Amino acid sequence: MDLSVFSLIARRLGGGLLTLFLVSLLVFFVSALLPGDAAQQALGQFALPEQVAALRAQMGLDQPALLRYVHWLGGLLQGDLGQSLANQMPITSVIGSRLVNSLMLAGVTALVSVPLALTLGIVSAMNAGRRLDRALNIFTLGIVAVPEFLVATLAVLVFAVHLHWTSALSFAQDISGPLDFLRAYALPVGTLCCVIVAQMARMTRAALVDQLQSPYVEMARLKGVGPVRAVLRHALPNAVGPIANAVALSLSYLMGGVVIVETIFNYPGIAQLMVDGVASRDLPLIQACAMLFCCAYLVLMTLADLCAILSNPRLRTL
Amino acid sequence: MTRSVTPGRAAPVLPVDGKTLDTQLSPARTRRRARWSPTAIIGGLLVAFWLFIALFGVWLAPYDPSALGGAVLSGYSAAHPLGTDYLGRDVLSRILDGARFTVGLALIAAVLACALGSGLGLLAALSGRWVDEPLSRLIDALISMPSKITALVMVSAFGSSVPLLIVMAVVGYTPGCYRIARSLAMNLTELEYVQVARTRGEGRLYIAVVEMLPNMRLPLLTDLGLRFVYIVLLLSGMSFLGLGVQPPNADLGSLVRENIGGLADGAPAVLMPALAIGTLTVGVNLLIDRFGARRRGAR
Repeated sequence: MDLSVFSLIARRLGGGLLTLFLVSLLVFFVSALLPGDAAQQALGQFALPEQVAALRAQMGLDQPALLRYVHWLGGLLQGDLGQSLANQMPITSVIGSRLVNSLMLAGVTALVSVPLALTLGIVSAMNAGRRLDRALNIFTLGIVAVPEFLVATLAVLVFAVHLHWTSALSFAQDISGPLDFLRAYALPVGTLCCVIVAQMARMTRAALVDQLQSPYVEMARLKGVGPVRAVLRHALPNAVGPIANAVALSLSYLMGGVVIVETIFNYPGIAQLMVDGVASRDLPLIQACAMLFCCAYLVLMTLADLCAILSNPRLRTL
Repeated sequence: MTRSVTPGRAAPVLPVDGKTLDTQLSPARTRRRARWSPTAIIGGLLVAFWLFIALFGVWLAPYDPSALGGAVLSGYSAAHPLGTDYLGRDVLSRILDGARFTVGLALIAAVLACALGSGLGLLAALSGRWVDEPLSRLIDALISMPSKITALVMVSAFGSSVPLLIVMAVVGYTPGCYRIARSLAMNLTELEYVQVARTRGEGRLYIAVVEMLPNMRLPLLTDLGLRFVYIVLLLSGMSFLGLGVQPPNADLGSLVRENIGGLADGAPAVLMPALAIGTLTVGVNLLIDRFGARRRGAR
């Protein structure tokens, strides 16, 4: 039995690695299809052919694409992300501090949003069909479809421009106390939470409602278990798999959501770096950032799957 | 509480497991499902409104959307009901014009993505492992690239243009649709009538189009609506970053971006396009919620 759990987990991890490999192929060869090449672009339209050829040789672009891919992948595996075209710096050092910032933003958002969303989902599943559930349903349905930049611009308008609680479009670097922290993070985190809390709460509700309709919960209720206990002790453990999946999906949505939020709030994170990279067509930087985002997504998804496997005795005996 | 645990699993909201078949066969249930809740009516009206604007908005515009007027970033007035933008252009006319891009592009992309996704999903379900396995692996790889990241990579490689934006959205949202179509089709292939058709010696195309597709219609349409919302959000997000629809054309996201300077004064030029996107996406969401299909997967 233990062995089969391990083999299941190993297969899941292997599948994740295979997917990551495919992603690296996609990311690399989409940019290799580029008409013209990076050397031409770095030097501009009026460069002499000799200059372009020299830079091409210096960047290794004269080698066949497959060889370049192998080099690139080898570098990635050793933690060497290559060199940024825009400022000739190693990408690892460009990304370093910004990665910490982005993880900080994502972490704070997760800390706030996950408990909030689970509570909302559980409350609305317990009241399924009643007025509170319907109100929550319409509320989350509405908010899930609102673009981040609408939430962000409205938040800036209300809290920064009218109420002066936070600074508008600048991000304070020096954080000396909890109040500064709150001022700096309240708006970006709030915006991100708005979008993902709604999603997570809806999926949590769906998973729980599914369980609450099953005979064993009815049995528990009939033998006199209170509604709260029936949900928390009987239904919730069986919904852990789908809920973990919902949480992972929503958190992975953060990867995309931060792109807009970091840009609006001028937050020095990876996503903003990537948007700048797109503007200056800095392909190595974009490839590195894309791989980081996909990696994070895969880690989240694999974790969710592992949660589902470990929480479900039936899956364990496969 | 006890109401929700009545035996017999009262509400077959789950459209998988071939239950759509069930709902089609029983007229009583069909009639009950057809009742429109107030939220669904609001959603339907919003969607109809935006479709109308997308089709006829250009002719309704009081001004030429690129004609420069007088005051810059002015408020609501009789001459300019929604004010003017940062160059003094009429915001109402620009929204009427921009809606064409937002709704049109997203609709084209959503329909293409869903057609491609369902086609591939049916193919995978009806073919053996040797088609299903590699296809599903590739889709897994595509789905693990967040759509905005895919979009950024593609824009950086090919530059932003209207065809590229459509391709980008199709690439980003076909995988999700494939997964749903495949799981629906997998459930259907187990049912007797598909087995019978197979035994009869029908070809795969016939089985897919005549036998299976009609029974997957409702969940697939719901999925189409959901993809449409995501694509609207993606495209306006890209335009908001300045990487989407390029000037002189402008979709609603570009309108928000170019007038962001008016945010501090709460200018209608920045609020109105943002609200327009919000009402469009919320409307579609309210409408498809009527079909009771559960939202599976965030993307």
